[in-house]
Amino acid sequence: MATALTPVLTRYWDQKDSYTVAGYERNGGYKGLRKALDMAPDDVIEQIKASGLRGRGGAGFPTGLKWSFVPQGDDKPHYLVVNADESEPGACKDIPLMLASPQQLIEGMIIASYAIRANHAFVYIRGEVPHVIRRMHAAVRDAKANGYLGKNILGSGFDLEIVVHGGAGAYICGEETALLDSLEGRRGQPRLKPPFPAVAGLYASPTVVNNVETISMTSQIMRYGAEWYSSFGSEKSPGIKVFAVSGHVKRPGIYEAPLGITMRELLDYAGGIREGHKLKFWVVGGSSVPMLTEDHLDAPLTYEGMEEVGTMLGTATPMVFDDTVSVVRAITGWLDFYKHESCGKCTPCREGTWWIDQLLHRFKDGEGKPEELDLLNELCGNILGRSFCALGDAAATPYPQALKLFPQEFEAGIHTPANEAFDPMASVVFPGVKTS
Amino acid sequence: MSTVAPVAGSSAPPADAVTCTIDGVQIQVPKGTLIIRAAELIGIEVPRFCDHPLLDPVAACRACLVEIEGMPKPQPACAIPVAEDMVVKTQVTSEVADTAQRGVMEFLLINHPLDCPVCDKGGECPLQNQAMTHGNGSSRFDGTKRTFAKPVAVSSQILLDRERCVSCARCTRFADEIAGDPLIELFERGAKQQVATGPDAPFDSYFSGNTVQICPVGALTSSDYRFRARPFDLVSTPTACEHCASGCAIRTDSRNSTVMRRLAAEDPEVNEDWNCDKGRFAFKYLSEDRIKTPLIRDPETQEFYSASWPEALDLVADKLADYRGRTGVITGGRLTRDDAYAYAKFARVALGGDDIDFRVRASSQEEVEFLSNKVAGTGLGVTYSDIESSPMVLLAGLEPEDEAASIFLRLRKGVLAGSTKVASVSSWVSPGSAKLQAVVLAAAPGDEAMVIDALLKQSSALSEAGFEVSTQLRNKGAVILVGERLAASPGALSAVAALAEETGAKLAWVPRRAGDRGALDAGALAGLLPGGRSLTDQTARAEIAQAWGINESDLPAEPGLDLAGILEALTTEQEVSDETESAVESADVEASEEQEVADEALAEDSAKAAVDQIAEEVQLGDDEPQEPRIDALVLGGVDIRDVPNIELMREALREASFVVNLETRLSGISAYADVVLPVAVDIERIGAYANWEGRLRQFPKVNPEATAQTDGRVLAMIADEMGYPIGTGDVVEYHNELDSLGYTTGERVSFNSVKPGSAQTPGSGEAVLASWKFLLDLGMLQTGDDYLAGTRRPSVARLSPATAQSIGVTEGDLVKVSSDQGTIELPLLLTDMPDGVVWVPQNSPGSEVYATLGDAIGSTVRIAGGPKAVSDAASADAEVSA
Repeated sequence: MATALTPVLTRYWDQKDSYTVAGYERNGGYKGLRKALDMAPDDVIEQIKASGLRGRGGAGFPTGLKWSFVPQGDDKPHYLVVNADESEPGACKDIPLMLASPQQLIEGMIIASYAIRANHAFVYIRGEVPHVIRRMHAAVRDAKANGYLGKNILGSGFDLEIVVHGGAGAYICGEETALLDSLEGRRGQPRLKPPFPAVAGLYASPTVVNNVETISMTSQIMRYGAEWYSSFGSEKSPGIKVFAVSGHVKRPGIYEAPLGITMRELLDYAGGIREGHKLKFWVVGGSSVPMLTEDHLDAPLTYEGMEEVGTMLGTATPMVFDDTVSVVRAITGWLDFYKHESCGKCTPCREGTWWIDQLLHRFKDGEGKPEELDLLNELCGNILGRSFCALGDAAATPYPQALKLFPQEFEAGIHTPANEAFDPMASVVFPGVKTS
Repeated sequence: MSTVAPVAGSSAPPADAVTCTIDGVQIQVPKGTLIIRAAELIGIEVPRFCDHPLLDPVAACRACLVEIEGMPKPQPACAIPVAEDMVVKTQVTSEVADTAQRGVMEFLLINHPLDCPVCDKGGECPLQNQAMTHGNGSSRFDGTKRTFAKPVAVSSQILLDRERCVSCARCTRFADEIAGDPLIELFERGAKQQVATGPDAPFDSYFSGNTVQICPVGALTSSDYRFRARPFDLVSTPTACEHCASGCAIRTDSRNSTVMRRLAAEDPEVNEDWNCDKGRFAFKYLSEDRIKTPLIRDPETQEFYSASWPEALDLVADKLADYRGRTGVITGGRLTRDDAYAYAKFARVALGGDDIDFRVRASSQEEVEFLSNKVAGTGLGVTYSDIESSPMVLLAGLEPEDEAASIFLRLRKGVLAGSTKVASVSSWVSPGSAKLQAVVLAAAPGDEAMVIDALLKQSSALSEAGFEVSTQLRNKGAVILVGERLAASPGALSAVAALAEETGAKLAWVPRRAGDRGALDAGALAGLLPGGRSLTDQTARAEIAQAWGINESDLPAEPGLDLAGILEALTTEQEVSDETESAVESADVEASEEQEVADEALAEDSAKAAVDQIAEEVQLGDDEPQEPRIDALVLGGVDIRDVPNIELMREALREASFVVNLETRLSGISAYADVVLPVAVDIERIGAYANWEGRLRQFPKVNPEATAQTDGRVLAMIADEMGYPIGTGDVVEYHNELDSLGYTTGERVSFNSVKPGSAQTPGSGEAVLASWKFLLDLGMLQTGDDYLAGTRRPSVARLSPATAQSIGVTEGDLVKVSSDQGTIELPLLLTDMPDGVVWVPQNSPGSEVYATLGDAIGSTVRIAGGPKAVSDAASADAEVSA
């Protein structure tokens, strides 16, 4: 039996005013907050722990546990920072969540801030989406006008201010400590850990950094209860997840479903591969995780299920590539991205992306040398696990898996440009334009 | 290094020791020791670039990856402290670590230009060296390298080659963490990441040269040294810095006996790994325009002619013998302790007087007593370690960043670590005070004593912060650092002494010059014999007379004149009557004749006594007119611009019947000298300075071929000629003699407390003048160092907003500061400072206070708006605010 879709966060996106307080309240919004404010903060943390919610930014760290790391009674201000710097190639879930249901995020932020005892919360939004930044600004004003922000929220005695901050266009600022540096007005580069943000984060004070989807979901968990939430998904990956399916499917888009759904099911919901084409490969967690093929379509989309097939659930935003795609060209594009976005702090990532990108371009252009296939593998090995943060790991991930799955395409790259073997126009999907 | 631990094998393990295993070797280190340092202790050098023991770890370069048991990925040894039972495998025993390190090394070189043959760093380059030890012989990279335009001048003296940079961020972290001048920063990202400065904000930090030294590649080079030498052609000599009283350890690199560059040498007790740019880059004076032979002024033409040493010594000895007992000795800051001792001994033994002073600056009798009573011959007192962790360091009349740069760095280290707090009695919050997060107790010049007194009495006049300071001063380990400038403020030194007494805070005196503490210890001050001995103390006199091989009665009976006294004596006395002069001459003739006889009779003592007796008779000549108290001058290392009243000094020099100047280059003093005797600079001599701590800083001769004589040798030769030997003149002899004298055990010079003075009250259009010298200024040891001069702080006048308003000027306008002697005109920078006070730099371009305004610091000067400033002032202002 096919896994049913379970829209929760995305449930009211089809309503015109879903982003307003009025629209949100009409659908039961801010009920979770009322419940939370009636509880002791520690009980809220317990509730989130009990729900089994894991971080939706990619790493999947248990959210309640993260909140509980914040030292209490330490006389320091605490901060909640929402990581809305969604920049991973393929990932597109936080942006629509903020655009269509920002109040849900705000409700979650109030709950989380209440739980960790923060009176200041921040949303750090990637700079390339000014419309989303405007939407969040308006949503915060709206919430404040309705008494959900500011002093003495809903008569609880709890105060909270939310600051919406636009980034300046650096992928690295999605790394939580680089984000904190950027938010403090510095150049965004990852910080040495320890200390971890829970101890010394923003302005050297205890800070929780959570993803948009994670925080949004806490509002629903508070509203419907931990048991409700954990009844979905698997034991290790409880709950519901927003899956953003993109690429060569008939109906790309956002599908909210319990964890454990398979890619085959998601592909069905998305209408399957484009007419006349076959699935070549797919990447489940953004470009930073190893790619998969048809062989893995029945693996459950859970943290542990994806680990079993040698990849990571990551952001759970599958990109689907059909047989028109040159895998060499695809990963060269990603490497262009990583090279451009490498922050420069550590040697393996800064220099390694510079080098492997050049080598990949050779294969893309049909000018690779046979010995460079191994060299590339070795160089990726010299980056993976050696870099300062996960950006380097991400850059070193695509090639080894691609070579393993499609060696013949790289061998062809020794003599044939990818664009000759695979017409790039064939891969392009223009809305309304039928491609063969 | 601060983090390095007692090694295995040392007697007792520290209480908080942890035991770990590195490459199979078990080792015990203090908790918190980083793996990379622990490995050093067993002789394993893990490669590194970003790591520096005095900078916070960043783990950016990844060159030091090692394997730690239980961790899935190799970890940076520079950032992880060892933990109990940790098992670490470095490249020595771990394939993973070795591969990781070689991989990083290969990456580091792909965008590096590999231009070692033309790189200043080649031959002493950590990248080059570690590429050999931990890299592969050749590169597999055959792609396109990233290129940049080069070099980029981040300041006039620091040049940046971005292609060579490995982004270790040592320089930017140094600028931020150590110097407190975050004027360079990493810009851009990825392989295009680069060090840069902000627009119109060059890297004008007093400590910028350190970045060249700690750069592990040739990315940062100095304009001065660029392309001038190869490290393997240089001879390195460990020396001591002569530029201030910090006493920094220096490495002087020379080629063919010419100094090519100077570096900070490591001395954990003193300057750690750093020094200031003056100490690093100011050394042209060592070789330029040196005097090579004695110069004698031709009585006819009044021009100097080059003379032989015998001729010059004969003349000087003859003349000084004539003026014996009436010769003033003034020494400057470049003297080593041993040379200062020679002057001290020369003055008493050969010249038969006690008219000697080393304080060529604003000074007072109160200071003579303060120094003689509290500082001279007290040995090592407050140390750098003390000020790094002190509940309160009170600065009085001292701006460490400008006047003793290594004190500034050490204080800042303590402040940032939270182990030290700083307060400063000053007229405004200087950039240095701001970087030290100092509580500034504002005092107009002259009010210092009152402010210090308020701290003592915890008076209600104190602000909350001031009260806190006065409380913390009472905590164990508190320190008061007194700058030499405080002498100009009547009662301030007395107030400081009382405050130290009352609170129990330790007291240290911080002069500006390298030689001053040594000169004080050596007794180059009227009334003060070597080792803090009082001239009037019987024990002291006996000890000194014995050591010097003279009769106690040969020592002057009463304290002589200090600088002010000498100048006064020379400029206020009547013309010498012929009668007296001839009396002196005849007495001397008589004496020398008698001496000849006496020599034959081997009755030297009695002959000398006879001479003295005659001289005394002449001196005490019962009838008017009296002979002049001072007639001749011996000056060594004195910059006339340091004398507050330069005109008075000039008059004194003109009035003096005979002036001898021991000097390295012609100066404002030698212009008035009858004889100039050339002496050695530091690279041509051995010697020792005593720094502000009282720590001896010995240095060897850098230039083995140098033949220049030390001041001490020249004085000994003169003394020999005069017949009053003071020794062979050998530095080691002076040194050992002074050391064996030790410190006084008798009565010290008494210290008579002076009542607190107060600042003058300026009238309308007037202000009290405050001033001190910038680190980089027109000082004579900085001449010729143009790249260094490019990073000087701009000359500005500072006024409080209210005072500025009272004369109708706004920021950037020119302000005229005038005394009866002249006017200084500088752009205004509004400053939070007491009303009615104006501050200008003491010896900077366009602002030479003594030369232009005379002895005006602490006095009322006129202030007025100048013509409206155009672009110049505006840009100077922009520089300052930046």
